[in-house]
Amino acid sequence: MVYCAHNNKNDGGSMATISFTLNGRLQQVEAEEGMPLLWVLRDLLNLTGTKYGCGMALCGACTVHVDGQPVRSCLTEIGYVAGRVVTTIEGLGQVDALHPVQRAWLELDVPQCGYCQSGQQMSAAALLARNPAPSDADIDAAMRNNICRCGTYQSIRAAIHRAAELQSLAVDAMASGRETLA
Amino acid sequence: MNALFLDRRSVLRASLAAGGSLVLGYAPATSAQNGAAVHDFNPFIRIAPDDTITLTVHKPENGQGAVTTLCMLLTEELDCDWERLQWEFAPVARVYGFPLQGTFGSLGVRSSWQPLREAGAKTRVMLQSAAASRWGVAVAQTHTGKGRVYNTASGASFSYGELAGEAALLPVPDTVALKPPAQYRLIGKPTPRRDTLDKITGKARYGIDVRVPGMAFAVLERSPVFGGKVVAFDDARTRAFPGVLDVVQVSRGVAVVASNTWAAMEGRKRLDVVWDEGPGAALSSAAIRRMQQEALAGSGTVSHSEGDVERLLDTAAQRLTAEYEVPYLAHTTMEPPNTTARLEGEDCEVWSGSQIPGLCHLNSVAASGLKPEQVVVNTLYIGGGFGSRGGGNVYTEAVEVAMAAGRPVNLLYTREDDIQQDRYRPCAMVRLEAALDADGWPVALKGHACCQHFQDLQNGLDREALAGLEDNDYALAAQHFAYTPLELDVPTNFWRSVGASQNVYFMEAFLDELAAAGGKDPVALRRRLLAGKPRLRHVLELAAERAGWGTPAPEGRYRGVACVSCFGSHIAQVAEISLKDGKVRVHRVTCVVDCGQVVNPLTVVQQMQGGIVYGLTAVLRGEITLENGRVQQSNFHDYDALRMDEMPFIDVHIVASDDPAPGGIGETGTPAIAPAVVNAVFAATGTPVRRLPLESSRYAFAVKNA
Repeated sequence: MVYCAHNNKNDGGSMATISFTLNGRLQQVEAEEGMPLLWVLRDLLNLTGTKYGCGMALCGACTVHVDGQPVRSCLTEIGYVAGRVVTTIEGLGQVDALHPVQRAWLELDVPQCGYCQSGQQMSAAALLARNPAPSDADIDAAMRNNICRCGTYQSIRAAIHRAAELQSLAVDAMASGRETLA
Repeated sequence: MNALFLDRRSVLRASLAAGGSLVLGYAPATSAQNGAAVHDFNPFIRIAPDDTITLTVHKPENGQGAVTTLCMLLTEELDCDWERLQWEFAPVARVYGFPLQGTFGSLGVRSSWQPLREAGAKTRVMLQSAAASRWGVAVAQTHTGKGRVYNTASGASFSYGELAGEAALLPVPDTVALKPPAQYRLIGKPTPRRDTLDKITGKARYGIDVRVPGMAFAVLERSPVFGGKVVAFDDARTRAFPGVLDVVQVSRGVAVVASNTWAAMEGRKRLDVVWDEGPGAALSSAAIRRMQQEALAGSGTVSHSEGDVERLLDTAAQRLTAEYEVPYLAHTTMEPPNTTARLEGEDCEVWSGSQIPGLCHLNSVAASGLKPEQVVVNTLYIGGGFGSRGGGNVYTEAVEVAMAAGRPVNLLYTREDDIQQDRYRPCAMVRLEAALDADGWPVALKGHACCQHFQDLQNGLDREALAGLEDNDYALAAQHFAYTPLELDVPTNFWRSVGASQNVYFMEAFLDELAAAGGKDPVALRRRLLAGKPRLRHVLELAAERAGWGTPAPEGRYRGVACVSCFGSHIAQVAEISLKDGKVRVHRVTCVVDCGQVVNPLTVVQQMQGGIVYGLTAVLRGEITLENGRVQQSNFHDYDALRMDEMPFIDVHIVASDDPAPGGIGETGTPAIAPAVVNAVFAATGTPVRRLPLESSRYAFAVKNA
């Protein structure tokens, strides 16, 4: 988990041009250095899939990946991501090429209101990237920082297990594909 | 990027095509879409010659599954292709229920059940008639399937799109036969939601995601004390902050308007406002409790009285008295309240995720000073409602800020605003008295509740404030209930399951006290008192059986039960808990529900789980307190929600019901969970829990005799 200190004292006025990789493309943005990544994404770049929930890294609705790590974008200053790789829900998968987490979410019809689900999926995808077969306890530890008020936790838990299966099937398929080529 | 912007003309075109939202009425029309004629058969069904069928969803979607279930009702009778149909949210119009057009009271499916199936069936008959004319056969010699009308004898067919032009000119049948349940193809079948793909790819647009050309972002500094007024403010530092565009005063405070949300929030931190806090500054939770205790010493306004309660209390073998209480609760929807407003000359357009777009329209008309037909309300996905998104301040505030700033604004509540400026489930206190006969069975119950009212009083009463108490299903020789309203400046509102959210806890927890005093098993006691209520008794028995009631619980686990009939459905829940370090952990919840005819079992299960999780947060830790007129909680660190690692396993079982009509499900799951958990704690500790929440410095729970 990466948090960057939020500086309240300055009165702004330190505009900077920040370059980073966003969903696989080079992105340049002019912003106050202290501006949280969340608002750069939502208000400057119009990537509204990442949600505001609390502004204090308490609810996880704003979770994105920075260099593959799950990060609360509401407290991550834009200056921190300079030169780094940022992935948002818009870059996790595409409608015709969904990420295993999204495929599992779709299969199990996880969302209710859906508002927290971008953050839930980003946290789940980061978990599966480092732990391809998480136990219930692993899921609890990784997902406890993402709040859902609709009560989809039981579906999320099942969907993470399903996504792990889908991911391992995909890995197996790739491996057998390589063997065929070899 | 353009797709992120709502284009005003396309929105108006869409709403005009759907029937002319501008006049709040509806006139079936044939309009042009992509150069071709599109036919409105009624307010809910539009068919284009290219076979595009668009259904209008007139209930907002706040996670309860309205989009899917309402489309299922229309499709069942229209007999179109489920996989190919399109849908859109309705504009505000009388035909969709204006002014109370919206989703509340677990009424979405119940109120749509008959009219939507009829709309589908009548349209299908018109299409069959058009085809029958072409073939020169009787309507009875045709049938339909997946958007086509077939000539039963020849097997020839036309698509609905091919027939739409002729069919739309035919008279609408006065009456139409609806399918018997045995012929349902969609209703009752597990059906994935229509909106899931949008919601898992970040494409679903909520109110907070609305972007209109020229729009700015705004936050509003409101009085920290309810009812306070702005005396003066200094905005020099605010205006100096980069990105801040304007600072404007509106009726409820001072708004900071900026080029992005963060600049608006930062600018607001640099704002100095002097408030006249008014008399509300003296209010505290302790003072409110004293008012309630004093009120309960009186007799209150009688709401319900049958039998001679006083005589039975005086002659009881055992007489029990208890005072129960619950705190204020905020809603904390994951999407904080927000609204976008644009005013241009005599036009006002508002975008919001509102549970009741009709009230959003009324509020926007009042705030803008325009005529109803000059105001357009657009419905977006709602990031959680739970009762909070009916009418409210946010619509009025957004319109006022847009007017004052002279530009479109998206006004957002921060999470702190949401918790400190919500309209709350009222805190409530009740005094309960009961009489047991010589055999230990309850024979009389007397209750007196004191809380702020949810709605305007009628003859001194608010039935919602007593729901779940005065309308209980238990057969007792005498029952008597009274109410004393509390008049305070603290704003109150519906909260998932409304009065039942507090009263079912009072009722069901006290019932377990009576069971213990009379030496009865809690399930046996309820079964006896529900002899004349077979549906509720059945779900109670089934829940007890599925939860292993009567068999030993696993080591260190304790069970509690509660049941209630509410929102047209019947539900029983058994909670299994353990105690550790003085705290309660809920491991398992068994939930059995009879909600009549099920439309989508997937939605029912989700709503049961959701209602239970929402109620669990409240029973474990939900508490809003006031000090010096100020709400003391501000974000999830001190007003937390249930989290993944605390999630019990929830076993939901839906009873196959003979009732041909659906019952409500949105709120039904919530009321019984607090008493089920509390009764399990009582079973563990031997001490009744008469005040919520459980995670409080007041409590350190320990197993009795341990």
